[in-house]
Amino acid sequence: MRLKLIVASCALALITALCMAVDSPHSGPTIPVAQNSVQADAMRLEGEKRFHANCGRCHAAPQKFPPRMMATIVRHMRVRATITDEDMRLVLFYMTQ
Amino acid sequence: MNSVLRNLARQSRRNSVSSRVACALLAILLPAVSRAQTSSSDSPVPILSGSAGYFNFVTAGQNQIDAQVNPVLLLPLGDQWLVESRAEFEGAFQRPPGGGPYGGGVSKNLDYAQVDYIANPYLTITLGRFLTPFGIFNERLYPIWIRSLQQDPLILPLSAESSDGMMFRGGFPVNAEANLSYAVYGSAISTVHNNLQSDRNVGGRVGIFLPDSRLEVGTSWQKLLQDTRTNSFGFYFAWQPQRLPLNMHGEYARSNQGSGYWVDGAYRLSQVTYWQRVMRRVEFAGRAEQFFSGEISSDEAEAIGLPGASTREGEFGLNYYLHDGVKAVASYGRQFSSEGNFNLWTVGITYRFLLPLGRVGQQ
Repeated sequence: MRLKLIVASCALALITALCMAVDSPHSGPTIPVAQNSVQADAMRLEGEKRFHANCGRCHAAPQKFPPRMMATIVRHMRVRATITDEDMRLVLFYMTQ
Repeated sequence: MNSVLRNLARQSRRNSVSSRVACALLAILLPAVSRAQTSSSDSPVPILSGSAGYFNFVTAGQNQIDAQVNPVLLLPLGDQWLVESRAEFEGAFQRPPGGGPYGGGVSKNLDYAQVDYIANPYLTITLGRFLTPFGIFNERLYPIWIRSLQQDPLILPLSAESSDGMMFRGGFPVNAEANLSYAVYGSAISTVHNNLQSDRNVGGRVGIFLPDSRLEVGTSWQKLLQDTRTNSFGFYFAWQPQRLPLNMHGEYARSNQGSGYWVDGAYRLSQVTYWQRVMRRVEFAGRAEQFFSGEISSDEAEAIGLPGASTREGEFGLNYYLHDGVKAVASYGRQFSSEGNFNLWTVGITYRFLLPLGRVGQQ
């Protein structure tokens, strides 16, 4: 009985999360776009700072990879290291621009 | 006869409920996955990554040749899905106690095979076999190309390394100076295959990360829902001072099987002003750790990879980064316990590879 309750709760939570996601303005990790060069510089600097703060917690800085590869790597690290959505987008911008 | 019929009916109802839940999940997940199949010039590409390594471990004078490959497959689907998996193939060879040629076997293990759904900025849902989020070593520092010392911490077996079930996790800023991360999970018992074994347990981990001071602290908890139904708990920290190329980590864990801690630090000589081309590639590492025996016998402890008696250990290492992803490692350690003191020597090389499984265009 308890197992059924756990399964039912998990399924309910999953459905709720899926429903929430439909309305979410964040559709997922895409490379952010800067409006002008000043904003791009600021985002790059902030991205570098967040890169060192987040990625440096576990490993040495890797080389930069093409954007499509970085998008996958950053998504993997978002899940693995529970990096915040904002940090992930800025790190992705820094690593691809 | 009646009881047999009642059991059959109960079994039938149980199967029926399970089938309905499975069908409901499939009905929800399949359209979402199919919607997720998009492509664009900057869409993520599948990747085959991982690490390979070759080591000589000399433990109490006994040499062990160890070669391993740990492939990681990352398969992004659309904007919100990721299928990821890591396997471990490890060959360990040593001479028999009386002398003779090296012998041994190759072990195979599936560390994780999971589907991640990034539901929103605060929540990721994981289904499948995943690394148990207890402390930080198992999830984040375990790969051989990441860890600064190749020997496992003594307390690593105190929690399950992999779990089969479901997990909710995420990270978000709580204010301008702190991020909160969390993971909660439930795991089912699995005995279907040696490579897919897991315990029935629930647990969670919560951590606070202060980006400005680059300090992360957190705590983990796990409740075993079978056999002894015991609790395990632990604490961890990670710290990278802003002004020094120093990387420090530490964990404490306690369960009925024992308790203990480890603290390690890795210092990169990137700030040394002479021989910079060489020095910036050099890293010194050190670890201090202690394990205290628990309520289980020494044979039971050794069967799950723990020391058979209370143990202290110190280890110092030297790493040299030959190239991005290639690292030569060497270390010396000494272990002290009532079962005897001995030296631990490690020499080896690690390699991290990363291959796109599709067109990536120009960097």
